[in-house]
Amino acid sequence: MTTLAQEFSKGIVKENPIFRLILGMCPTLAVSVTALNSLGMGISVIAVLLCSNIVVSAIRNVVPAKVRIPAYIMIIATFVTIVEMVLNAFAPELFEALGIFIPLIVVNCIILGRAEAFARKNTIGRSVVDALGIGLGYTLSLTLLGVIRELFGAGSIFGCPIMGTAFEPMGVLGVAPGAFITLGVLLGLFNYLFKRLGIE
Amino acid sequence: MNLLAIIFVAILANNIVFNQFLGICPYLGVSKRVETSLGMGIAVIFVMALSAIVTWIVYNYLLFPYDLGYLRTIAFILVIAGLVQLVETILKKTNPTLFRALGIYLPLITTNCTILGVAILNIQAEHNIIETVVYSISVAIGFTLALIIMAGIRERLDLANVSGYLRGAAVSLVTAGILSLAFMGFSGMMTL
Repeated sequence: MTTLAQEFSKGIVKENPIFRLILGMCPTLAVSVTALNSLGMGISVIAVLLCSNIVVSAIRNVVPAKVRIPAYIMIIATFVTIVEMVLNAFAPELFEALGIFIPLIVVNCIILGRAEAFARKNTIGRSVVDALGIGLGYTLSLTLLGVIRELFGAGSIFGCPIMGTAFEPMGVLGVAPGAFITLGVLLGLFNYLFKRLGIE
Repeated sequence: MNLLAIIFVAILANNIVFNQFLGICPYLGVSKRVETSLGMGIAVIFVMALSAIVTWIVYNYLLFPYDLGYLRTIAFILVIAGLVQLVETILKKTNPTLFRALGIYLPLITTNCTILGVAILNIQAEHNIIETVVYSISVAIGFTLALIIMAGIRERLDLANVSGYLRGAAVSLVTAGILSLAFMGFSGMMTL
């Protein structure tokens, strides 16, 4: 039985959703144009993942196996709607920037995947730790991608201009091709890193 | 004229995979062979057209008139999941060969962000019912196109000598990036 600390840390490295599990790609590519958007999306995903893991774990002995997937989807959809409304009310610029990808958190494979693979087989406590770990891993990876794309694509980090005026930003990083290529190269880099660090 | 613009933009100028970043997961997962890509594409066209119509009706006649717009996400995903289940059941009874050909892809489509994404996009763009159908089918055709192109490339890529660390998803993503760059050439040609 793994310790709670191990459950938490596995989400950041060993089962990193973006670079190891390769889940939830769609919002990753679209949202990581700026670091702030990435952070916002990451926090929204943590919120939904946490709430849905708790509820799925709480009702795991009550839900019949045949209807569990629709039940999970309903639970996740409810929390996504709540997060949508909270963002709309308290962070309208982030809401505008993330656009269609907030409701699309419902079909984000990470959340349904964790519900199916973990939360329905474990206690609430472990599910909370798992959600936090995976969510944090997702947020860190996404923000890393966002920082790289924003730094080289617009010369700033979180909106603060860092590169001087002589810096000519790489516009391609701000649009679709740059997203794909940056993620692909980063993925290759992390494959190398994980191999070197002996993580399989 | 407007419908032609919708078709062109949905397939080429604003391709759902290369420009709007939807449907990447099945894109990376299914595009390994051209035949499977074609099968997935046809399934997507079918489900997308159907779900777009039903979600449009649900929104415009049920949610919007009664100020229940905030229930959109929940209602849509319910509709899509139910629809896919229905299509699967009907197909199993009426056309077992087609069912077996498409069978594995249908449940995969429920969590496909393209279906939910297009349903929401239709509402945001305030299409009428005809534009909704045309747009959805065009988007699905664009998705199929992206999938088939990628599959054709990946069939060759699997035999190529790719460096160990870039093998698999990494090089596929870089390839998708180059394809996306190519599709950017269409982006200025026509705007809605």
